[in-house]
Amino acid sequence: MASLVGSRVERKEDKKLLTGRGKYTADVNFVNQTFAYFVRSPHARAQIKKVDITKAMKAPGVVSILTGADIANDKIGGLIAGWRIKSEDGSDMKVPAHPPLANEIVNYVGDHVAVVIADSLDEARNAAEFVKVDYKILKAVVDTKGAMDSDQIYKDIPKNLCFDWLLGDRAKVKEAFEKADKIIKIDLINNRVIPNAMEPRAANADYNPSTEEITLYTTSQNPHLARIIISAFNGVAPENKLRVIAPDVGGGFGSKIYPYAEEVVCSWAAKKIERPVKWVADRTESFLSDCHGRDHVTHAELAVKNDGTFLGFKNETIANIGAYASVFGTVTPTYLFGPCATGVYKMPAAYTNVKAVFTNTAPVDAYRGAGRPEATYTIETLVEKAARELGMDPAEIRMKNFPTQFPFQQTLVHSVDSGDYVASLNKAMEVADYKGFEKRKRESANKGKLRGIGLCSYFEACGIAPSPVVMMLGCGIGLWESAEVRFNPTGNVTVFTGSHSHGQGHDTTFAQIAADQLGVPIENIEISHGDTDKGPFGYGTYGSRSLTVGGTAIVKACDKIIAKGKRVAAKMLEASVDDVEFSNGEFVVAKSNKKKTIGEIAFACYLPGTYGEVKSPLPEGEEPGLKETSFFDPANFSFPAGSHICEVEVDPDIGETKVVKYTAIDDFGTIINPLVVEGQVHGGIVQGIGQALYENCHYDETGQLVTASYMDYTMPRADNFPEFDLGFTCTPATSNPLGTKGCGEAGAIASPPAVMNAVMNAIGTEISMPATAEKVWKACNQNKKKNSEAA
Amino acid sequence: MKKVSVEINGKKVTKEIQDHTILSVFIRENLNLTGTHVGCDTSQCGACVVHVDGKSIKSCTALAADVNGSKITTIEGITKNGNMHPMQEAFKKLHGLQCGFCTPGMVMSAIDLLQNNKKPSDTEIREWLEGNICRCTGYQNIIAAVKEAASKM
Repeated sequence: MASLVGSRVERKEDKKLLTGRGKYTADVNFVNQTFAYFVRSPHARAQIKKVDITKAMKAPGVVSILTGADIANDKIGGLIAGWRIKSEDGSDMKVPAHPPLANEIVNYVGDHVAVVIADSLDEARNAAEFVKVDYKILKAVVDTKGAMDSDQIYKDIPKNLCFDWLLGDRAKVKEAFEKADKIIKIDLINNRVIPNAMEPRAANADYNPSTEEITLYTTSQNPHLARIIISAFNGVAPENKLRVIAPDVGGGFGSKIYPYAEEVVCSWAAKKIERPVKWVADRTESFLSDCHGRDHVTHAELAVKNDGTFLGFKNETIANIGAYASVFGTVTPTYLFGPCATGVYKMPAAYTNVKAVFTNTAPVDAYRGAGRPEATYTIETLVEKAARELGMDPAEIRMKNFPTQFPFQQTLVHSVDSGDYVASLNKAMEVADYKGFEKRKRESANKGKLRGIGLCSYFEACGIAPSPVVMMLGCGIGLWESAEVRFNPTGNVTVFTGSHSHGQGHDTTFAQIAADQLGVPIENIEISHGDTDKGPFGYGTYGSRSLTVGGTAIVKACDKIIAKGKRVAAKMLEASVDDVEFSNGEFVVAKSNKKKTIGEIAFACYLPGTYGEVKSPLPEGEEPGLKETSFFDPANFSFPAGSHICEVEVDPDIGETKVVKYTAIDDFGTIINPLVVEGQVHGGIVQGIGQALYENCHYDETGQLVTASYMDYTMPRADNFPEFDLGFTCTPATSNPLGTKGCGEAGAIASPPAVMNAVMNAIGTEISMPATAEKVWKACNQNKKKNSEAA
Repeated sequence: MKKVSVEINGKKVTKEIQDHTILSVFIRENLNLTGTHVGCDTSQCGACVVHVDGKSIKSCTALAADVNGSKITTIEGITKNGNMHPMQEAFKKLHGLQCGFCTPGMVMSAIDLLQNNKKPSDTEIREWLEGNICRCTGYQNIIAAVKEAASKM
């Protein structure tokens, strides 16, 4: 049987999704279900003086209205921050209480005040109009940079400071900077963006009063995590009485990793009213209440020698984490950010200092790349500026500082097991025709356009695990992954994974792996995920972890199946176990023609004995059945890397920037399915270009979200892009037997600096993201003015 | 209340509905065809595109009452005898979908494009699909799939 790993296998999950037979949470309905509509704060910061539901309760169809007082009375716990970060002075981070329904104060526009439950959505929405909330409006804190000098939001959190964290050695950096020929400095804003999975969040909770079980359908990247949080922290139901199902999920990008207030409230309310409670966000609710991404204000410096050698790096960042500390909200700007701060370079000394601040805005959490795009944007913009100031070619300065020996121990944290940064940059330059740029620039100039080229060489630490490391760094959970490989008696297979697919194609990629391992045709393998009652506990999908951690768990479980199969085959074939070999789905006794297929072995395992034609005795002491579980915890992160080159054309008369050429060369280690991997890269690049050129989350000074619809928030669309050129280099990862590294976030990490370096190269001025037409036009005009004054 | 009769995916149905029922709600909740998705409320995302009398429209922007007497085709209606439409086949072959949420609208829009323009260029495809937002694919494989379908139809 030909190996499927490495093949462009068409996706198994596609037919149902293409024919309208997918099942998303909003498609799930229960008999006798009610509809929830949330009353949300219209103010960014206010005291709740009174919530009056008298009139609303009399509205038609209303079943129940629940408020923060009810949730407090029922002792439902608050939403949690999953990572405990310590400040440089050793003190613990400070986090405010985060009740699922606000009781005394509201802290962002969209914060949850009450829930109206009615027989129909229309009735719930109408009744919500009559819930009278008496607010005392307080001055909102909105600005990231100014948050520490603004009004104090929480009485126990001075300067609105969650933590003041340091990674690295300030003294060594000072020493390195003293030896420098030149210090390159940069001030950056990493603009706040809104994840915008196309499927709005939704929940539908059903409670059975007789069994006391809750079944919660939800739009989650991580149903097992939702279950343990709603159970252990919110206290809605014991874990064994809570089943969480994340069916087809319409994208996540980080925003659906953890449970939100709505899931907690719907589950709790279903139990209270003993009827199912369904909630589906409209798009504006998603804009207001999904966790946002990025939002850093950074000052960074790079110490260099005149020949371009890097000596040291420092990064002082203020990270806005919004009104509350969300589950991954505190780790995103620290351990997912700081360790990647020095990029793909040899950097003898470095530190990153992050001050995380609370503001009256939606919580900020992991968004595709989470911390690594922010780190990469900083170092890659700085390196480009260093090249400009030293009069070097941007490729040359990068090449000069790449490590060439692997494993490579970085100064800050990571020991990078494998990579070849020189190879990927060389290949990118070749594919992008780097040498031909000047000619293309002249051609653009002839049309009155400014053409620019920008590079980005990146690496990222992903395959999020290893548990001992992440737990040492403050993570409240382990991050291993599970798999269960279950042979059915007739020889076909169901594989359960604790990860979750919401577009990544696990049904196919994981089936390719299992097919190769077991020698079973891919059509006979089903992948099951997303239901806490089916497979073993797992940690879901984010941080480009599913294949590297979850895929390996499948390999390990298959190994156990094969080991048992060998013992059973040896008994049936009257041979010694050591003489039985397994390949292509067959157990063969060495140097003989005696063999059994894995299907026959599975059948024997379920019919252990001799009866008429059936002769399948199991070895003594062997349990019947053929099902194995594995939990894999890798020894290290995985480190995808690569180089992207972007070319833009700017029309100085209208400020419009067009990406006209884009080359991505990535090293993801072993690739299981190139079709799927290319799709992940395309999507990541577009999200990154979205951040660089179009997307911007904007709160006004009173904390109103101005960009709360697709009329106001610019989403990247089909006509914004050229066709991208993709290519790969491969240095397999050594931390997992597949050699895979993860590919889901790379595009979103590499593209913002590549695009922005190209824009700056085109217009000759530093400019912040997003490089909108207005900003670019202003910059071009200023340049014109300067040039004419100089003349 | 209003009585609305339509032919949906070749089948005639009559339903008594509230006057303000939006077509997307009518399709999803009254006709239980959940393949048509709703991704926004401002007629921007295109996840809800269906065909009304052969032309693509955003079903979140029409009242069900206004399409009384029309022929409506949804994503469920383009599969014939269990065989996918060439557009669906092309999306599968070239990985033109990931999470699948925008896909029904994307496919219905793309089919209408080919009804208007049998051999569209890349630019024409990109411009036509400007009203369909996809957050996953970066659009590249969608464009390729539409071209593939054009060559097969």
